[in-house]
Amino acid sequence: MNDPLIIAGKNYTSRLLVGTGKYRDFTETRAALDASGAEIVTVAIRRTNLGQNPNEPSLLDAVPPSKFTYLPNTAGCYTADDAVRTLRLARELLDGHSLVKLEVLGDPQSLYPNVIETLAAAKTLVNEGFQVMVYTSDDPIIAKQLEDIGCVAIMPLASLIGSGMGILNPWNLQLILDKVSVPVIVDAGVGTASDAAIAMELGCAGVLMNTAIAGAKNPVLMASAMKQATEAGRSAYLAGRMPKKLYSASPSSPAAGIIAPVRS
Amino acid sequence: MITVYINGAARPLADSCNIAALIAELGYTGKRIALERNGDIVPRSSYAETPLKDGDKLEIVVAVGGG
Repeated sequence: MNDPLIIAGKNYTSRLLVGTGKYRDFTETRAALDASGAEIVTVAIRRTNLGQNPNEPSLLDAVPPSKFTYLPNTAGCYTADDAVRTLRLARELLDGHSLVKLEVLGDPQSLYPNVIETLAAAKTLVNEGFQVMVYTSDDPIIAKQLEDIGCVAIMPLASLIGSGMGILNPWNLQLILDKVSVPVIVDAGVGTASDAAIAMELGCAGVLMNTAIAGAKNPVLMASAMKQATEAGRSAYLAGRMPKKLYSASPSSPAAGIIAPVRS
Repeated sequence: MITVYINGAARPLADSCNIAALIAELGYTGKRIALERNGDIVPRSSYAETPLKDGDKLEIVVAVGGG
């Protein structure tokens, strides 16, 4: 079935977006990415290590930007200004590439987004021609405001970054899905395959995860599980689930034609 | 001599040093990096025409694994 994920006018086959952090080495990173089937992969922008041999293997060798769509992030930024500067650097680094992941954090313990700074950064970035996929809280009003500013995807948390606590408030995600027309992608909180499936069954356009794969005992196998769960959840959403019948059973087998009891 | 600050660390350089020369000195020529000078992006195409001044603050970044 042809069911592309469309972000900023571009079609993607995979609805699973993955991060490239926390892997043992670049070989494992690439193997997990391949098993996940992801086309969009997040990367961080960091200072070069001046003491280091400049010819050490780099992420760009293992995960070539010609094969994957890079989504540079602003992880670690706590102000709109730092996030904007980071993404300007990313655009220069990636030859004018404008698809970016904006996240402005509010607190190092929870890594909860600072939505005030996020809104300010989103405005600047959209004005400068960036295509902004934005990490945010699961507040439907903020989500709608970010869409109105011109963000190309709204990416609410399902639970805290790296927590693996799963989809804690499906009702808020539903409120966002009801309000927002651009793709809604669950970003952060997924812990295992069923979490990804639940996000997709709710009607989310995709899921983005890093630690759920990189932090598994077998990251490559988990990447494959996440691929299947994302696809299964999407299919279930499109198929349209049966209505729930609370406290009322309904037999699956015919009620008629049951053999008679021997003794009556 | 001038002093510039690269990724937060002071570095003495020759008076006439431009960004292209600095990049060569650091071994980054041809590498995929991006550079910000005093808060503004310097495009790769302008490295050779951009002289460095005493006290310039440079950020030089690469892409690394992240989520």
